[in-house]
Formats: sequence, C-alpha cells, structure tokens
Amino acid sequence: MQLLLKYISFTGLILTIVPSILVFLNIIEIESHKQLMILGTILWFCTSPLWINKKV
Amino acid sequence: MKTKGIVAHLDHVDEFERVPVPKSNWKSWGRFLGMYTGEHTAGTEFVIGPLFVAHGVSAGDLVFGLLLGNLLAVLSWAFLCAPIAVKNRITLYFQLEKIAGSKLTMIYNLVNALMFCFLAGSMIAVSATAIGIPFNMDMPSLTDFYPNSIGWIIAVLAVGSVTTVVTIFGYDKVSSFANIAAPWMILVFIAAAIAVLPELGVHSLSDFWTVAQEKIWTGVPLVGQSKFTFWHIMFFAWFCNMAMHIGMADLSILRYAKKWQYGFASATGMYVGHYIAWLASGILYALFLQESNFSQEFAPGQVAFRAAGVAGAICVIIAGWTTANPTIYRAGLAFQAIRPKWKTWKVTFVVGMITTLASCFPALVMKLLNFVALYGLILMPMGAIILMDVYLLPRLGLRSNYAEVVQSSFNLGAALTWVISLAACFAMNIIFNIEIFFLGLPGWFIAALLFVIFSKLFQKKHELIA
Repeated sequence: MQLLLKYISFTGLILTIVPSILVFLNIIEIESHKQLMILGTILWFCTSPLWINKKV
Repeated sequence: MKTKGIVAHLDHVDEFERVPVPKSNWKSWGRFLGMYTGEHTAGTEFVIGPLFVAHGVSAGDLVFGLLLGNLLAVLSWAFLCAPIAVKNRITLYFQLEKIAGSKLTMIYNLVNALMFCFLAGSMIAVSATAIGIPFNMDMPSLTDFYPNSIGWIIAVLAVGSVTTVVTIFGYDKVSSFANIAAPWMILVFIAAAIAVLPELGVHSLSDFWTVAQEKIWTGVPLVGQSKFTFWHIMFFAWFCNMAMHIGMADLSILRYAKKWQYGFASATGMYVGHYIAWLASGILYALFLQESNFSQEFAPGQVAFRAAGVAGAICVIIAGWTTANPTIYRAGLAFQAIRPKWKTWKVTFVVGMITTLASCFPALVMKLLNFVALYGLILMPMGAIILMDVYLLPRLGLRSNYAEVVQSSFNLGAALTWVISLAACFAMNIIFNIEIFFLGLPGWFIAALLFVIFSKLFQKKHELIA
C-alpha cells in the first residue's frame, strides 16, 4: 500500500515538472501544462502526507 | 487536543535548551540536507528573484554573483558556525547568555523577535497577492509604501488572521505540511520558468543566454529602482542569511550535527533555493514585465498564476504561509523568553496581530532586499562576539564566557560592541554612502575588534571567580 502511495505521489511530481518541458519542446500548449500541474498538485498533496511524515 | 500538541511541541523546543546535545541525539547528514533545502525554498524567493530583475542586474552579474555569494554563505556555515556548534553543542541563546549575560541576551531576543515579525509580515503580503487574484484586487506597485486599496487591507487581514490562528492551534501540522510541500514547491518554481521560456523567445538551450541578457536580466533597472551590480548580488547572496551563519543563529540547529562538516549541507539550500528558485522567479517576472509593458505593479501571486495557473497561485500562498507560520511562532517564543510566565497562545496572538498590521504596508515586500540585509546586519555583531570569545580570547589570556564566570547578567563590553559596531555601520551608510548590502563585512571586523578591546579593558577590572 505504501509503495502504491509513493508511486502515485511521484506521478504527481512528474506531472508537475514534465509538462513544462513538453511546453518548452513545443509538444503541448501552456494551458495543458497548467491543467496537468493542477492534477499533479492534487495527486501529491492527497497521497504524500500518508507516507512522507512517517518516513521522517 | 490542539493545545496539548502545542505544549508537546514547546516541550520539544525546550529540549537541551540549557545543556549540550547528547551523542544519542546527534543527527545524520540527510536531516540537514532536507532541512536546509526546505528552509531556503520559501515565499521570500518569489520576491527576491523578481526584485533582482527590477534592480536591473545583468545576466552575467547575476549568475556569477550568485555562484560566488552562495559559495561564501556555505563556507560561512561550514567554517564559522558549524565548528562552534559541534564544539559546545548548545543553543545560540545559551551561548550568548554565557558570554553577554541574561539581560543582554533578552534584548537580543526582543530585537530578533521584531525582525521575525516583519519577515513574517512580508510573507503574509506575498500570500495576499495570490488570494486577491479571483477578486480582481488592485495589486501594490514597486513604489508603494502604504496600503493602496481597501481590498488589499482586507486580503492581508484575512491571510494574517488565518495564519495567526493556525500558528496558535496547529503549528505542528503546518510544520509537517511544510515538509510535504517543499519538494513540490521547488518543482513548481522550475516548471513555471521552463514553461514560459518559449514566450520569452527561448526555443532551444542555445537561445537561453542571449534571451537572458536581452530580455530577462537586461542590466537596466526599472524606473525608480537603483542599479544592482555583481557586488550587490554577491554580497546579498552571502549576507541574506548573515544572522544564521556569521550571526551564529544556526548554532541551535547545527549543534545536532555529528561533525562540523555538516555545515556544508547548507549548499542544498543555497543552490536550490537561493540559486535555481531566484533565477526561476526572475524569469517569471521578466515575462510579466514584457507583457505589461514594464508595469510598476508587483504581485508575485499574479506572476506565478500567469505561468503555472492555479498551481502557481497555490504555490505562492503555501510558500508565503509556510514561511510566515514558523516565523510568527519563533517570534512568539523569543518574546516569551522575556516573560516566561506569559501564555504561549497569548504571545503568539499578539505577535500575529503585530505581524498582520505590519503586512498591510507593501513597503515590507518592495524593500525586502534592504530589510533582509538589515536583519542580518543587526544580529551579526553577536556572531563576531561569539567567534572571538570561543577562539581568540583564550589565546590572549582572557576569559571566555565572561558573564557566566563573573555571574553578571549584563556584559557591558558585549553591549558596547553591539551598539558601537552598528553605529559605525550606520555612519558608513550616511557619511560614505555605502549601501546596506556591503556593511556586513566591515561591520563584522569592527565588532570583532571592539569586543577584544572591551574584553581586555573590562576583564582587567574585575576579580575573576576561579
């Protein structure tokens, strides 16, 4: 379960950073990047609290 | 339940307050790497990077100034602060009390607490610039000193009140929330900057340097702003955390380190927060300037929203909030040290209200560079005093920890050192027009020299207790 949560959290971080690179490479529009960032933000904040503080 | 949490937290804060940290509680590298990265990627970064652009720094001056200034900051942590921290393993306050006496330490606490209030105030104002976006609020401009609209005051009061209440009731949760937010915030900074590069004309990596010089860090200050050079950037990067490294505030943190070399862990904070994040926020602001025809408006929330949408605005709110929250809490603790019988929540409430009122003034944000430099400068002489006391006084046949030795609550030598060295810095500023960013270095040498002289004078006149 913890492993799954971590995968989801890291997917959230990937969705935060990777779309910007795709905008830079002219593969997606900036508006798509903004929407994917929101999704990434939601994934990160919904799952990371369930494991990150336990790690600390 | 919540109150119990605060009490528990306070108990934790009190841990090893007046004794050296035992070996069983020393921490590993990883804790310091994480702590420094999180601590130095904060709400202030959304202001400092853009202000460099506003002050017309050139691309080369910024890149190399930050490289060298941050290196000097890391070396200051590693070679000045960390060795004393692991040698004595006590807090800054206890170390100061031994040297300067309890009453002078109390005055230091008071000054420190006031500085914390203003710093937290600027972060509340930064968050308010994001909160105001859905309400189409009039944002403050670079030259604003007083609040520019009722909407601004309402937004600031709302953010300040919520921040204060959360600090009172849920400090622990905010602290762990800040840990969670840190890696995401860093990525938002970087992602937002990368995404807007094509709009600035960067379509491949080879374009970057040309665009950086011509459109981002152009070397031309905005109207009403002074011109920043390589030296401004280098000294600002070195001294913006002067209170922490040269001023020795991080003795309280690094005393948990196994080895003095852990001071180098500060490099993560400097090169992620004070390098990448400053460059990234500068890029975002350059786009805003380009699109707004060099508007004087200065609203980090709007700038981040433009580049990263809702996630960017949330990032500004969280960055400001997670910086303001512990800062208000620390200020409360510092005030409480003056009157330990005061209730924690009452002190925090009063501090929060002072902070909120201060944050109504946009000048706190617009003049953040000057304020941060002033903050370091005011607390720096105490760092010079500690360094001289630990290393030089014993070699000169003088006593270290003089206040403790003679059981004095007020070391006049330390007090005069503090006041005169700051007066000398003030005089250099007024008479020779030396800007505040450059005063820390001569000020440190003046403070060190004065403390040795006063120690020689005053220690001779007293009968030392063996």
